Amino acid sequence: MSIIMDVMKTAVRLAPGSWLPGGTPDPLMNKHGLIGKPASRIDGPLKVQGKARFAAEVSLPGLVYASLLYSTIARGRIATLETAEAEAAPGVALVMTYRNAPRMAPPPLMMSAPKAAGASGLPIMQDAEIRWNGQPVALVLAQTQEQADHAVSLIRVTYAVAPAVTSFDAAKAKARTPENILGEPSSIEIGDAEKALKDAAFKVDLIYRTPRHNHNAIELHAATVAWNGDQLTVHDATQMVNGTAWTLAQVFGVKEEQVRVLSPYVGGGFGGKGLGDHQILAIAASRLSGRPVRILLSREGVYRVVGGRTTTEQRVALGAKPDGTLAALIHTGVAATPTRNVCPEQFSFPARHLYAANAIKVAQQVTDMDMLANIFMRAPGESVGTYALECAIDELAEAMQLDPIELRRRIEPEKDPTSGTPFSSRHLVEAYRHGAERFGWDRRDPTPRSRREGEWLIGMGCATATYPYYRMPGGAARIRLTADGRAIVQMASHEMGMGTATVQAQHAAERLGLEYEKVSFEYGDTSLPSGTLAGGSSQTASIAAAIIAVSEVLTKELLKLAGNDSPLAGLKPDEVEARDGGLCHVDEPGRFESYVSILKRAHRDELVCEAEAPQPFEMWKYSMHSYGAQFCEVRVNAVTGEIRVSRFLGSFDCGRILNAKTATSQFKGGIIMGLGLALSEETLFDERSGRIMNPSLAEYHVPVHMDVPAIEVIWTDIPDPHSPLGAHGIGEIGITGVGAAVANAVYNATGKRIRELPITLDKLL
Amino acid sequence: MTARTIHFTLNGAPVTADIKPHHNLVELLQTHFGLTGARESCGQGLCGCCTVLVDGRAVSGCLFLAVRIDGTEVVTIEGLDAGGKLNPMQEAFVETGAFQCGYCTPGFILMANQLLDAHPDPDDDQIRHYLSGNLCRCAAYPQIIDAVKLAAKKRKTIAA
Amino acid sequence: MRPFLYEKAADAAEAVHFFAQRAQAKYLGGGTNLVDLMRENIERPEIVIDVTGLSREIRDVDDGGLVIDAGTKNTTVASHRTVRERYPVLAQAILAGASAQIRNMATVGGNLMQRTRCYYFYDDAARCNKRERGKGCDAIEGFNRIHAILGASSHCVATHPSDMCVALAALDAIVYLEGPQGARHLRLVDLHRLPGDTPDIETELRAGELITAVEIPALPFAIRSTYRKVRDRSSYAFALVSVAAALDVDDKGNVRDVRLALGGVAHKPWRATAAEQALRGAPASEENFRRAAEAELKDAVGLAGNAFKIELAKRVIVNTLQKLAMESGAGS
Repeated sequence: MSIIMDVMKTAVRLAPGSWLPGGTPDPLMNKHGLIGKPASRIDGPLKVQGKARFAAEVSLPGLVYASLLYSTIARGRIATLETAEAEAAPGVALVMTYRNAPRMAPPPLMMSAPKAAGASGLPIMQDAEIRWNGQPVALVLAQTQEQADHAVSLIRVTYAVAPAVTSFDAAKAKARTPENILGEPSSIEIGDAEKALKDAAFKVDLIYRTPRHNHNAIELHAATVAWNGDQLTVHDATQMVNGTAWTLAQVFGVKEEQVRVLSPYVGGGFGGKGLGDHQILAIAASRLSGRPVRILLSREGVYRVVGGRTTTEQRVALGAKPDGTLAALIHTGVAATPTRNVCPEQFSFPARHLYAANAIKVAQQVTDMDMLANIFMRAPGESVGTYALECAIDELAEAMQLDPIELRRRIEPEKDPTSGTPFSSRHLVEAYRHGAERFGWDRRDPTPRSRREGEWLIGMGCATATYPYYRMPGGAARIRLTADGRAIVQMASHEMGMGTATVQAQHAAERLGLEYEKVSFEYGDTSLPSGTLAGGSSQTASIAAAIIAVSEVLTKELLKLAGNDSPLAGLKPDEVEARDGGLCHVDEPGRFESYVSILKRAHRDELVCEAEAPQPFEMWKYSMHSYGAQFCEVRVNAVTGEIRVSRFLGSFDCGRILNAKTATSQFKGGIIMGLGLALSEETLFDERSGRIMNPSLAEYHVPVHMDVPAIEVIWTDIPDPHSPLGAHGIGEIGITGVGAAVANAVYNATGKRIRELPITLDKLL
Repeated sequence: MTARTIHFTLNGAPVTADIKPHHNLVELLQTHFGLTGARESCGQGLCGCCTVLVDGRAVSGCLFLAVRIDGTEVVTIEGLDAGGKLNPMQEAFVETGAFQCGYCTPGFILMANQLLDAHPDPDDDQIRHYLSGNLCRCAAYPQIIDAVKLAAKKRKTIAA
Repeated sequence: MRPFLYEKAADAAEAVHFFAQRAQAKYLGGGTNLVDLMRENIERPEIVIDVTGLSREIRDVDDGGLVIDAGTKNTTVASHRTVRERYPVLAQAILAGASAQIRNMATVGGNLMQRTRCYYFYDDAARCNKRERGKGCDAIEGFNRIHAILGASSHCVATHPSDMCVALAALDAIVYLEGPQGARHLRLVDLHRLPGDTPDIETELRAGELITAVEIPALPFAIRSTYRKVRDRSSYAFALVSVAAALDVDDKGNVRDVRLALGGVAHKPWRATAAEQALRGAPASEENFRRAAEAELKDAVGLAGNAFKIELAKRVIVNTLQKLAMESGAGS
């Protein structure tokens, strides 16, 4: 990622943790104590009582409620705008349009600066221009939500319509190659892949299509905001508190320290809970009205202003030699994007790292469409990229009359096929072996339509899951060690349900040699040391690295405090370890002093240390990825084409698993979202108007309980020696490969290759 | 339009509220009583987040006009635990990890209780069917089945 | 939501009286559809008359039929013993729709009055002849996967979303009405209209008429009846195609009588009279079932997104009848 590169280049202080390249692996990666334990969620009791207060549930005195009016055209200008009736409606405190909105700088585009969080960088309600269908054109504040909603319905807008590019086919004809794809080259060519393909003994050359998707977190996007002079407080539902605070500071011309963002509970994110127009508009309206403001988007509103995953058209061409190795691997295509956007749906990423081939060509293009900016959605790129790539692998295996797992074994690379760097930890073949055994892969008949029960055709399929290991630079953690031997670990990080607070409390307790009950983890507040975003499956490693860094500082400080009267006297930090609520000599456990004793002797109420995580050097030395083997069994109704997933198994290789309970939940949740991607999810974007036509949970089909079969997940649990705790983030890996595993199973059941998602029953009739 | 006063029982206590006909039950609970466990998500009655029990029946609060609860008994998630002690379903949800973000969880717990009241020993498919009016985008569905079964056991232990 | 007046009617006469007081009045059952549409600003009544206070009983009729008051909750109907025993198709259809919470709220009368789920009907920004006569229809050239293949017009291709109504159509239910001009009744199959050039007029109800009850005539062979719904996900998705069917096969394996209705295919619950006619007296064979399905779908017209429903509907008809035939010991 370019932003990480930039930070790396300017990094002046080299402060590698002992586990970084060149050092020794984190000793906790093999330790079996709290790490890996299936601890229940710390915030569980609060959540089952309905007492966890989400962003729209924070009460403030004098609060007014916001409602938005959205444009109904994709491109043009507001011609007339009548707000008088709305202004006169009961309870209305303010009607804000481009005419009276405060002047605001556009939010800096994500990746343009370390904490930039803008999705499009477009100005927000600053002019009469309409840039997408659904753009907010007016905001009403009223004493109650329903008064605000009602007043919005009284505003009359007309537009001067301008021609808009809303057809993907039209935009594709003018597709362009961006400078980079999230900091990676837009295209890579090793050898002459097209020629190698032409000459290959076996080949497939296929086009796959995937539609738009929306996150549909169950919590609607919301913020409760208040100004106090130039101090701004934002109770937000966000995956990036620090990014939000910094970006808001740029938009409103205040200092970053003047913006406090709190987000202790987030009702699901999946990439969708970032900084959108809605928070900025609420804050602007609060400034204009002098009142605290609550904005809670309607479900439709979320679709209008929060982008999702975008349409892709992908070509995968594979050429194989008779021995089953790849002569050519080609993965190219286009993703639908608006002009200003940083989310190109990096579908070509898996092909860069997954398989060995003599010649490789990957290339990705984008378009210039008049549409809402895409934003990241769970495994952006990899989720749909693995669908195309892993379906093509299955098709090639069939052409070669080879078991698809055996084909993957033969093309397993020794080092990263495009960067040439060594893998830090890669056990994909093992994951396949365990998974196949457990799933009963040997019972699969490779001949399609060979298993049938009544009117149901049964098939099995598999596919590779993969997602990069990321660790974001810039996070810092603080430990407050108190005189009673408790530790409070603080970092402005996020909990959307992944189990962050629980897992990091487990980690810190093990790291500090404390009982689990004596450690708490505080997060979700920019008044704490700056964290990194919860995205790209990076947060676990990012927090862990910061905790390691601060615990190293803490050890030093404790040894200083202990002084010469301690059994620890004269010991250096690398000669001691944390254990039983104190420090002891590594080789002579008898030389021990408890934290309580050290602090008591030093007459200290607490010891507070803070440290920044080292830069993620490991990501440059190694090719770091998570892997998995996804196995699916489907039943397809021979009469109606209805598809029921009857069994699913995910076998993962994601380093050390830190909490079996929360990890299981993450893996299964990812797989289930993958089932939605495979079978039912599609945002209907009407290409005539550029308008989303199913902005509701009724007509956008996320999986329901009855769609979900028994799912099993297993993992290698082999630590990555080059990551903190030996762990990788696991929020996204679960969704990858699922689309292909389902499609391949559908083929095995029916003999039909479905190369366009979702796989709906009409495609099988 | 004209406000009216309604009287009903909320989690066991008699209460009154001044409302207007177009207010819905979720708004009423949140704005008049500060109860936020029933929340809006789909706004169309299908996601189950706003589930509230009215005279013992689970309804979607976002489509339920507040005026209609006059004279009824209303139970919300906040009325389930006795003096801060979790009820068996709540315990089971925590122990099995039957949620991630927790936003939809109150609705699931209310519905799952209804299910066990009607069918003390449900099988997987009964659970799936009964809880299909509750959406969980974190997709803890498999663990929710575990939770309902665990709660069924807990209930039996208590009964015995 | 736009503010409105609210009155709770004690009986049908009072409801009808309240209705007459305003130009824009609506009867309110469970509210699961009406309140949704009011929140979407599609329905904008000045007065809402709550009719859930009216009687809500299910009564046996002497000849073996059943009368269900319009205010009866869907859950109550689906779990009613007589319904489940004598008209399993009805119980199954209700359970195939919506969610437990919604079924707990929704009434029989309200279910009959459900409006379409067409995306363009729901979106104020789109053209829709149903919302505003003469405006045009954006669905015909747009997303029309969930739209009609039978009886549609160039003005409207919307479908009626109810599952329950499909079962009631097959059972030849009678709808009882009370209105300013007094009481009357209609066959359910005559209640809903095809769109023609007035898709905004969806039923034959006269101004102010209230549905008070639904009668299901005796139909002994409905003991063997079923509802099959094909949809895009396993719950809370409207039917792509659904089939309500009851089949009576004699000792020789011939169809003595048959009831067949389709959902998800038309602006109204579609009673498959052509298929029924083709089958009566004919051997209960797969071949004849197919022939009957072909007859029913003869005039079906597919759009870009829903043409698959023509073949799907045929298949589901054949498959459903096959299963019923098999259950009755006949069939192939």
